[in-house]
Amino acid sequence: MTIRKIPHPGWNLEYLMWLFMRISGLAFFLLAITGMIVALVQGARSYMGLGTLMRWTFFPNPFHVQAEVPDVDLGWRSGFWQAIEISILFFGGTHGLNGLRYVLEDYFTRPVFQFLSRSLIFILWVFLLVVAVFVVMGS
Amino acid sequence: MALSRKVGFFEGLKYKGGGPMLAWILHRISGLGMVFFIGLHIIASHFSLDAGSDWAIALNTLYMSVYFQLFIYFCVLYHGLNGLRIIILDLWPKMLEYQKEVTWLQWLIFVPTYGLTIFLMIQQLLAGE
Repeated sequence: MTIRKIPHPGWNLEYLMWLFMRISGLAFFLLAITGMIVALVQGARSYMGLGTLMRWTFFPNPFHVQAEVPDVDLGWRSGFWQAIEISILFFGGTHGLNGLRYVLEDYFTRPVFQFLSRSLIFILWVFLLVVAVFVVMGS
Repeated sequence: MALSRKVGFFEGLKYKGGGPMLAWILHRISGLGMVFFIGLHIIASHFSLDAGSDWAIALNTLYMSVYFQLFIYFCVLYHGLNGLRIIILDLWPKMLEYQKEVTWLQWLIFVPTYGLTIFLMIQQLLAGE
């Protein structure tokens, strides 16, 4: 029976993921605030509903705002936003799937299960990031 | 030093963890909610962009509805605020003495922020925007 270990500083998975969870958590705030401020500077307040602004803040993809923006190409679709989207996806996907690993390993503690769930989560992680990058580059 | 986890579901419900336990369980639920629904949304977006699949377009239409956004906004805001509390308490462990007060402060920030947002979103829905 292996229980999820308390992270001790060093080059081990638990500590590095502990650190990553904190750093990526702070990064989400930074990325979200960037998206929201630029949207407001571009005049979102005059033609966008609050729900749309929140969707854009969460993930600055042109599909999230195209229903309420007259011309998405004027500042709502660019390489800058794609770079921000991809960094949100990398941080978010890793943060989320590592969180899923925490929850699973808290309840299922047999080594066999741990190996299987880690392999599945790793495959899911790669698959989701690849699909997400396709979506971002195609939108 | 493994903790014994041989506790039944109903026995677990009787455990009086109070505010911090509620924060812990809501953090898990909101986190898993985001992983599941946003993961599904990414895959559905891929299928609706590249193949125009009916189920993907239907799923993304559902995601655009106000009711779903109220749910996902709860997940995002609660998980974000609670995560910020965890980061701050990890950086300054001395503040752990005020764990209860900080948890209340977190609700004090969460309730008006979430309440005002859903109020405005429902108002805009009823106004037909």
